[in-house]
Amino acid sequence: MDVGENGGPVVELRSLSKSFTEKKTGRELEVLDHLDMEVRQGRFTCVVGPTGCGKTTLLRLIGGLEVPSSGEVRFEGRPVTGPGPQRGMVFQEYALFPWRTAVRNVTFGLSLKGIPHKEARALADEYLETVGLTGHEDLYPRELSGGMKQRVAIARTLAALPRILLMDEPFASLDAQTRNGMQEFLVDLWRRTGTSIVFVTHLVDEAVFMGQEIVGLSRRPARVVRTFENNLPYPRSRTGAEFTELRARILEYLAVEMSE
Amino acid sequence: MRKWKYISPLVALGLWQLLAMVGVLGRTPSPVDVAEGFYDLIVTGLPPGYYLQWHLLASLERVLVGFAFALVLAVPLGILMGWSRGFDTVMDPLVEVVRPVPPLAWLPLAVIWFGIGIFSAAFMIFLGAFFPILLNTITGVKSVDPHLVEAARTLGARRRAILLRVLTPGAMPSIITGVRIGIGIGWMTLVAAEMTGVKSGYGLGYLILTARDIARYDIVVAGMVVIGVVGFLMDRLVKYAEKRLLGWM
Repeated sequence: MDVGENGGPVVELRSLSKSFTEKKTGRELEVLDHLDMEVRQGRFTCVVGPTGCGKTTLLRLIGGLEVPSSGEVRFEGRPVTGPGPQRGMVFQEYALFPWRTAVRNVTFGLSLKGIPHKEARALADEYLETVGLTGHEDLYPRELSGGMKQRVAIARTLAALPRILLMDEPFASLDAQTRNGMQEFLVDLWRRTGTSIVFVTHLVDEAVFMGQEIVGLSRRPARVVRTFENNLPYPRSRTGAEFTELRARILEYLAVEMSE
Repeated sequence: MRKWKYISPLVALGLWQLLAMVGVLGRTPSPVDVAEGFYDLIVTGLPPGYYLQWHLLASLERVLVGFAFALVLAVPLGILMGWSRGFDTVMDPLVEVVRPVPPLAWLPLAVIWFGIGIFSAAFMIFLGAFFPILLNTITGVKSVDPHLVEAARTLGARRRAILLRVLTPGAMPSIITGVRIGIGIGWMTLVAAEMTGVKSGYGLGYLILTARDIARYDIVVAGMVVIGVVGFLMDRLVKYAEKRLLGWM
């Protein structure tokens, strides 16, 4: 089995369709239409597309938070039937437990596994150190800035030892300065851990700065998927000619998709 | 600004004494009469030997028993109803039909079931406190951010962990609001229950009733003051618990 080997497909989407029934009108809303896609092991994959094109739905299907209308989602060769810690999700809204301190947010998943309190606490401290939050362990989410909250959320997800990180516009609520810092942090973290990442964003710059593969979705219902390879070396510059050129190509592709 | 919060009771008290001294209050006791009533209650008791503190303890005991039952039943039921739409659909009509029935209307049945004594009174408290706690718990669970439940599921949480570690703490602010309302209503219900027939010789409601029968209006008012102050203190206690439990908010 080539599953788990570097470069093999870790996530496979086969002819994946998803539609929702609008509550008010009762109309069927097609979000994804026979979409095919693969995510390769250990790669940093970014999914871009216009707002409302189904990027989030795509990610939630991989995460097991939604059930496909037809087609299938496979993770490491097996059909996805529900959420699980091996597919860690990071949400735009952070989704931290407000009644738990930073460190106790991180221990949440650890104690579910039955890891004793002391050991969980020590592990959580390590993960908080990984995301650069040492010294903030005992603060509640309301006492943390947006960037710090998202770091806690990432630490919490990493502590569950996911084999893939699914990130849904995690930096969208941050100011531009903090966002750039978080992008650099995430690239660094990924290079240190080697976890596969699927990162959804509507910002092409963000995708080009971080992603090795940039998947462009068409407007809703998303079916056409075009993958751009991005072989620029890390750490990347946001101003280089190649960066600008690739960004222009993707923007052009998206513009064409939107106008059709 | 803090010292000003005592101004309204003090002014009311002064005005009340003034009106009594002018002589427009008739048989209504003045604050000084009430103070004397307190003295009699503590030293002699009413009926003699039945001291104020024993009346108070009897009432508090009933409240605590009834309230404890309400808390232990309403919170888990509310969490299940808030979490499961199916269970809510099944239970809601029953709750909504029983809820409007005033606790005192249950008194005749309570007496058949529990006899005259602490459990009949406690049952009244239970009924008064149960529904505010239940409804607030349901609301609290429904208001928990669905992202938190999803995050928990992706971290490996199953049903039990979702209920106990996400929905329960998430609903806590609302549950505590329900507890505050519930204990207040329970306290008011108790006195009424004691006045209406759940008599055991002790209890603040029973005390007021006895004082009325012998036209000791000073003691009637003294009983009212105790009820008011105890209600106030209970609310303070819940507020304190709220501060300790909800420090994260």
